Amino acid sequence: MDQTTILLTILGMAAVTYLPRVIPLLALTGRRLPEVVIDWLGYVPPAVLAAMLLPSLVVSDGQSAINAENLFFWAALPTFAAAILTRNLFVPVLVGMAVVIVGRLLMV
Amino acid sequence: MNENSEVKSSRHQRPWLQGMVQAVPIVLGYIPVGFAYGVLAQKAGISAFNTLLMSIIVYAGSAQLIAVGLVSSGLAPLSIIITTFIVNLRHMLMSAALSPHLQSWRKPALAVFAYELTDESFALHATRMDGHERPKSETFAVNVTAQASWVLGTALGIFGGQMIAEIEPFALDYALPAMFIALLVMQITNKVQVIVAVLAGLFSLGLYLLGMQQWYVIIATILAATLGVVLKKWTKQPSS
Repeated sequence: MDQTTILLTILGMAAVTYLPRVIPLLALTGRRLPEVVIDWLGYVPPAVLAAMLLPSLVVSDGQSAINAENLFFWAALPTFAAAILTRNLFVPVLVGMAVVIVGRLLMV
Repeated sequence: MNENSEVKSSRHQRPWLQGMVQAVPIVLGYIPVGFAYGVLAQKAGISAFNTLLMSIIVYAGSAQLIAVGLVSSGLAPLSIIITTFIVNLRHMLMSAALSPHLQSWRKPALAVFAYELTDESFALHATRMDGHERPKSETFAVNVTAQASWVLGTALGIFGGQMIAEIEPFALDYALPAMFIALLVMQITNKVQVIVAVLAGLFSLGLYLLGMQQWYVIIATILAATLGVVLKKWTKQPSS
């Protein structure tokens, strides 16, 4: 594929990426929404975070992979604990990364 | 920065600086992933200009990595664009979910804000805006810092791909999953939300393993949020 075609493809990608990001904000902001819609939207953040997170922790190569080698899964346990205890962003990130570093050193 | 905002910032600890600090976990994750994207795009035969351009005007990590794969396997531009659209459709849900927090914003500011809405910036904003009005400059500082780190990572990948050794020993590849865990926990304030999150995770996992690798996040989110509304009606729990 030549660079001009790639450039045009990128422009198309930019358009189809931006529209879903902007349309709901422009359409919904400044409008009174029914309570049930507000409730529904309030459940989206925990739902979408959990939906993105769980497969990334327990799946590898399309197979469920809760086994001794899956460091991402095991590191998630102390990371969750740190998050619940501190309700803070930085401590769990540091705990998670520290566990992964130590785990990798031990596995070598 | 003019004198007026200097005075304000000494009282409020400089909102833009606070925004930059809040973005640190995203930066830790974006630099290595942006780096990987830069290296792979070079290998796929995408020019340095186009590689950087994609990080600047598309700015969507997973879609960019998928596009690089599709370019190197020689897929038609239209299929690449359609795939990008499907992969990024989940941002509609995120954009909608932030709208109740941005009621006071005007349309041009919303249009600029939406440009830098990613999974990670969404997760951070949903948590930091929950119940608090945040200064606009702080919000934009989060977004600009995050994208700057993505573009920087991309540039490092393009120009330094061969020189820099593996990032794995530093566990930087765990910065984003760990941040998602922390933000998920911080989102949860009542029992219905716990149930919604658990259901969303399980639906998502099930759909993913069934092979719905384009749609699993969107379908799982819609199902779980809908069940959350039903559950709230049932239990007549006071509003969250």
